[in-house]
Amino acid sequence: MAQLAQRQPTPAPPRTLQRRLRDAGGSSWLWIAPAIVLVAVYLVYPIFNTIWLSLEDASSTQFVGLKNYSAIFTNPNLLLVLRNNILWIVLGTALTVALGLLIAVLLDRVRIESVAKSAVFIPMAISFVGASVIWRFVYQYAAGGQPQIGLFDAILTGLGRQPQAWLINPSINNYALIAVYVWMWTGFCVVILSAALKSVPADIIEAARVDGANEFSVFFRIIVPVISPTIAVVATTMVINLLKIFDIVYVMTGGDFNTDVIALEYYQQAFTFNNFGLASALAVLLLIVIVPIMLYNIRRFRAQEAQR
Amino acid sequence: MTMTNNPINPQAVSAEKALANTPSELAAKPGARSLRERLMRRVNSGLITFIVVLIAFIWSVPTFGLLVTSFRPAALIQSSGWWSGLLPPWHFTLENYTQVVQAQGVGTAFLNSLIIAIPGTLLPVILASFAAYAFAWMKFPGRDWIFLAIVALLVVPIQMTLVPVLSLYTGLGLTGSYLGIWLAHTAYGMPFAIYLLRSFFGSLPADIFESAMIDGAGHFRIFTRLLLPLATPSLASLVIFQFMWVWNDLLVALIYLGGDPTKSPLTVTIADLVNSYGSNYQVLTAAAFLSMALPLVVFFSLQRYFVRGILAGSVKG
Repeated sequence: MAQLAQRQPTPAPPRTLQRRLRDAGGSSWLWIAPAIVLVAVYLVYPIFNTIWLSLEDASSTQFVGLKNYSAIFTNPNLLLVLRNNILWIVLGTALTVALGLLIAVLLDRVRIESVAKSAVFIPMAISFVGASVIWRFVYQYAAGGQPQIGLFDAILTGLGRQPQAWLINPSINNYALIAVYVWMWTGFCVVILSAALKSVPADIIEAARVDGANEFSVFFRIIVPVISPTIAVVATTMVINLLKIFDIVYVMTGGDFNTDVIALEYYQQAFTFNNFGLASALAVLLLIVIVPIMLYNIRRFRAQEAQR
Repeated sequence: MTMTNNPINPQAVSAEKALANTPSELAAKPGARSLRERLMRRVNSGLITFIVVLIAFIWSVPTFGLLVTSFRPAALIQSSGWWSGLLPPWHFTLENYTQVVQAQGVGTAFLNSLIIAIPGTLLPVILASFAAYAFAWMKFPGRDWIFLAIVALLVVPIQMTLVPVLSLYTGLGLTGSYLGIWLAHTAYGMPFAIYLLRSFFGSLPADIFESAMIDGAGHFRIFTRLLLPLATPSLASLVIFQFMWVWNDLLVALIYLGGDPTKSPLTVTIADLVNSYGSNYQVLTAAAFLSMALPLVVFFSLQRYFVRGILAGSVKG
């Protein structure tokens, strides 16, 4: 984001002007009060409350220490949930960022850039729920010999293979779900990365080509290093999204057939089984993973402010 | 462009030679190389265009299949793939839409989504503009620390807040009310909204504020008369962003509306339809397409602002 914010058209105003302008006295609090009150009630207080709830039992009546946390790391079902979520984060991030980068580079060289970019970007406008319906239909399974109305099984049977139960077969269903996420979010990566590509100085690339560098070394030795801060931003955004992935799994499999993930397990523990202790511990686990990203954002923000 | 790893098509070479007889290239000695390069360039750009078209095609097929299916009669949906419906004789119908709107409550759900999304968009944008103005152009003790806290809160998982807020709601009787869900969306959208608007507002030139101050204008006057008109494009990006977020939200509605089907937005209603109808695609496809219609219109008409918002603040939690 740092490098994106720099592209703001107007330079920062000189400090003296700012200082004179900014003296508003006590009334400034009135301007921020509604926002701050909401944030305090809906975000800050609940964070502390949830941390506390995670140390209590299912009905929040007795202090149990770290028992909920040890349950997460010993119960085989919950370990599977963790494994699935790691698979989501690793594959989801790698695929969206790699595909996003590849498509952005290709788009940079064609005349139909804006049309093609829209095609890849449109799924961003669709809800996870809408996308899940779209893909349930693509994955729709019918036994061999019956009419195949799902696109993938129609292709498989057309090639003379047996149809697959994409969402039920535990050896492929997680990948099938991750593919839906990749379909939705690659467009986001493309948009951001192609904006960054346009900021790579053309003369450096031209000079490298004149020196005889081929396209691959131009890409890996020049383009990737120059836009690596943007790649980091995109990748962290993906990690944050994937950590909390919920809707796709909720709508497509309901977490059955070994596809459960942390956010869905949280939802079920909290609102189906009323086990607030375990649910809160799962939420805290998400927060712990996110804290480094939070600190990284703060550092980047301060660095960016220092430049202003 | 020196692509060393591409095979050369000899026929294309001779064709290219026949076409490319500008005198300078034929005369000069390095002409042979540049001829080859031009050829490679043309072959490559053709290849790249082909790949890009292929990607765009693959990306569009699933949505297109949904759209086509939603206009096919139920019996045909179950007995043949949607692609066979593209060939004549055509049997398209609006029956699925009338059925979901009237019998499945999707019409009501569409209205509910609007009832939730419009205040759920305007409220955070208005409150965040006030706060962002103060953070950008006022000086008060603790300002920088409070703003750092906002930056930290950008990425807090919403799951950290659901149980405590729901129990507050139960105490206050806000569960299942629109007010409860508006406030929740306002609060959850607030860190991002403030962050985005502050960076937009802060990049406006200081001297215009300065001269307005000298002319005796107060902060409120500057905010309404000067800042808001100047910041309209940034506000538009935020409005689109927040609208898409609220319109497409499932989790917040699922929890704070307490499963009341008469108040459910489209996302919750469709998730319920998937549960109860499984593979009844005449119902699901029409409902899903109705839920996508409005975001797609917003997207196509205001894509520029949408992209701008994404570029300026790609860290939403």
